[in-house]
Amino acid sequence: MSVLVVKNLTKNFGGLSAVSNVNLEINENELVGLIGPNGAGKTTFFNLLTGVYEPSEGSIELKINGKMKSIVKVKPYNITKLGMARTFQNIRLFKELSVLDNIKVAMNKDIKYGFFSAIFRLPKFYKEESRIHDNAIKLLEVVGLGEKRNELAKNLPYGEQRKLEIARALATNPTVLFLDEPAAGMNPQETNELTSLINKIKKDFNLTIILIEHDMSLVMTLCERIFVLDYGKLIAKGTPEEIKNNKRVVEAYLGED
Amino acid sequence: MVQFFQQLINGLSLGSIYALIALGYTMVYGIIKLINFAHGDIYMIGAYVGFIISTKFNLGFFPSLIGAMIFCAILGILIETIAYKPLRNATRITALITAIGVSYFLEATTQQVMSTTPRSFPALLPAGGIKIYGVGISYQQIIMLFITVVLMLALQFVVNKTKVGRAMRAVSVDSDAAKLMGVDVNKTISFTFAIGSALAGAAGVMVGIYYNSINPLMGLIPGLKAFIAAVFGGIGIIPGAMLGGVLIGIIETLVSGYWSSLYRDAVVYVVLIVILVVKPAGLLGKNVKEKV
Amino acid sequence: MKKNQFTFINLCWLVLIVFIYFLINILISLGVLNAVYQTVLVTVMINIILAISLNMIIGITGQFSLGHAGFMAIGAYSAGVALKLFSQSTGFYMGIALGMFFSGIMALIVAIPTLRLKGDYLAIATLGFGEIIRIIIQNMKVTNGAAGLVLTKVADWKIVFVFLIISILIILFFSNSAIGRACISVREDEIASETMGINTTKYKIMAFVVGAVIASIAGALYAGSFYVIKPDMFSFNKSIDILVIVVFGGMGSFTGSILSAIIIGIINTALQSFAGIRTIAYGIILVMIMIFRPKGLLGSYEFKLSKFLKGKEENQ
Repeated sequence: MSVLVVKNLTKNFGGLSAVSNVNLEINENELVGLIGPNGAGKTTFFNLLTGVYEPSEGSIELKINGKMKSIVKVKPYNITKLGMARTFQNIRLFKELSVLDNIKVAMNKDIKYGFFSAIFRLPKFYKEESRIHDNAIKLLEVVGLGEKRNELAKNLPYGEQRKLEIARALATNPTVLFLDEPAAGMNPQETNELTSLINKIKKDFNLTIILIEHDMSLVMTLCERIFVLDYGKLIAKGTPEEIKNNKRVVEAYLGED
Repeated sequence: MVQFFQQLINGLSLGSIYALIALGYTMVYGIIKLINFAHGDIYMIGAYVGFIISTKFNLGFFPSLIGAMIFCAILGILIETIAYKPLRNATRITALITAIGVSYFLEATTQQVMSTTPRSFPALLPAGGIKIYGVGISYQQIIMLFITVVLMLALQFVVNKTKVGRAMRAVSVDSDAAKLMGVDVNKTISFTFAIGSALAGAAGVMVGIYYNSINPLMGLIPGLKAFIAAVFGGIGIIPGAMLGGVLIGIIETLVSGYWSSLYRDAVVYVVLIVILVVKPAGLLGKNVKEKV
Repeated sequence: MKKNQFTFINLCWLVLIVFIYFLINILISLGVLNAVYQTVLVTVMINIILAISLNMIIGITGQFSLGHAGFMAIGAYSAGVALKLFSQSTGFYMGIALGMFFSGIMALIVAIPTLRLKGDYLAIATLGFGEIIRIIIQNMKVTNGAAGLVLTKVADWKIVFVFLIISILIILFFSNSAIGRACISVREDEIASETMGINTTKYKIMAFVVGAVIASIAGALYAGSFYVIKPDMFSFNKSIDILVIVVFGGMGSFTGSILSAIIIGIINTALQSFAGIRTIAYGIILVMIMIFRPKGLLGSYEFKLSKFLKGKEENQ
């Protein structure tokens, strides 16, 4: 059962195609990797799927309540509501907010009180706030940041900032999670922790995960299937084993001789 | 038709003044991304320096003009060194508020030294004018336009053909890279302030002559409009400031002439908002999108 | 997590507010606060309302507005015109309500096109709108044009005090809620915020409109307290004065805004007789603050009674 179907997806910037004519299907509960040399168009591809950019051509369909629906031209915040969440390559936390509030912001869409309940502090406000508070703490404990909930996001060490970004994405209650280079800048031990965290959340939250990563050992151990982009084109797809032995992939990374 | 061309000529003269002031705004913004709110006051001080030179020293138009330009250039450098330089790495709002502080300081000091009452500027240029097919152009207007054009050509030459102009362009694109390439960034910024302020000083003297009256708050509204002109043309772009200035001047005189001078300023603001909403980068600017 | 508003801390706040109210009352009856100081008091309170409402737009939501005086003008003139048309206190309260309404509508009209802009551009666009509001008022019949309106005084310091407390509460409740968190996330990183399911445009507009509505209350109070209103009073210089209070106190800190409005009020009064020197000093001080303390007096610090009473914050 596919959860995400991309057909003929193309994005042009001026005369340059950052993503050109990409077709792929991603199945439910799959953990797939998206790899490719620098500038291959991986992040642009994420930006297209999460609505940050509008595609020049092609279609993107997401499974919503059992049916495939187009999410092209849907605003990013609505795409999030439909069940897509992401992290960023260059960590984009709300730096001056506490760890807990970072999570709460992502839970905003589930909060069922409005402007007047807030201004007049109606009972609903307190009820909802305490519910959100408890949920946020639970989530932080899953990623192991429960102790640090009152610290400002900017004061966390790098590895924990990455974790917080993942937790924040989870807080939007997604079905599909995009991780943009989650292991970038991590030491081997942190990477190991991350690997088990990704496996854990995939199982616990029943997620489909798509990740961009340069750390090949992480991709090869974690991902069930791998897609390879080069110059905006999908040049290969398959199991880690198949990708390792694919001639075009090796050429893309090492250059032809 | 005659009336229309008459308004056009008047608008062109006014617009050339806005353009001169707008150039200072645009160059400073281009190089350090600061909206130099005090720039309108430098123009005001230029008018006062011209006034003092012509009344106290009984000198003519050109000495007054050159004197005001030199004084303003030095003042510009001083302001930059004292107030803005310590804030190179501060947020834009911090820098903007500093500029507002400088503006208060210049206005209040002038009020204190020269009193708040308006002064009448001596008539340094010949009265009278010529008529072409019924459209009157005064000698003052001709000289003003001529000087504006000369100053702009000089500026274009400096920016595009000289070493310091190249440094200015380099710093405005990427000041860190320029520094690594051996450009003296601080000196270049000072130079930019000097040129911008000198142009504003020249505008001050010419407006003094044109309207015959100066006061310590005269820089406020023209300063704002010149800034709008800079945004209109595309802030940071030198030809944009010239174009924006002239267009704002013409729009303003046409509104006064055909509708009501009461709504003159409002129309200018409406134009500003429309341009910001439709094409925030200005008439000659390019839109840039944030990279994710 | 507290379940309702009836907590010990909130009770302490209530006591503190009532205490300040009676303290002012006593000081006035003892003659310590004479008519001049009462004027200063009212001015400071109105400035606090203006500053915190602007702080919500700039400090919390991160949207740089330079048109705040325009909304103050709408409030002042709504109250002014209502005072001219109806009996004193009915007219005044009707004026406040009308002002809030018009201000809200106008803020929507301003916000929808301009809030797509960022930083400096937004500042200039709002400045333009503020000036347009002023010019329109200046050219209307009912507002008596540039000459302005002469009014009878209907609001004493007590009324202003009550509205000050209401305004502070609205703004604090707004900011310390899911809506406020969303607004801060917009300030911190608009793209991340959008990706977390926040409709950033909606929250920007919300903060802007609420800020504008509160500013109109301040304007109405001004009209009810100071006899004369003229379009000139609400030029962009006024917007800048409010901005200065906010920045001096610390963007994002409501405590800072309140403190800074008080300090600036005191400085202005103390230098009353040196009007010329005052503005010069004002300019120099402004530049020096920006150079030596760019985050303002308090940065983003907020005074919390709970911290103060217990030495450290309760575990929320």
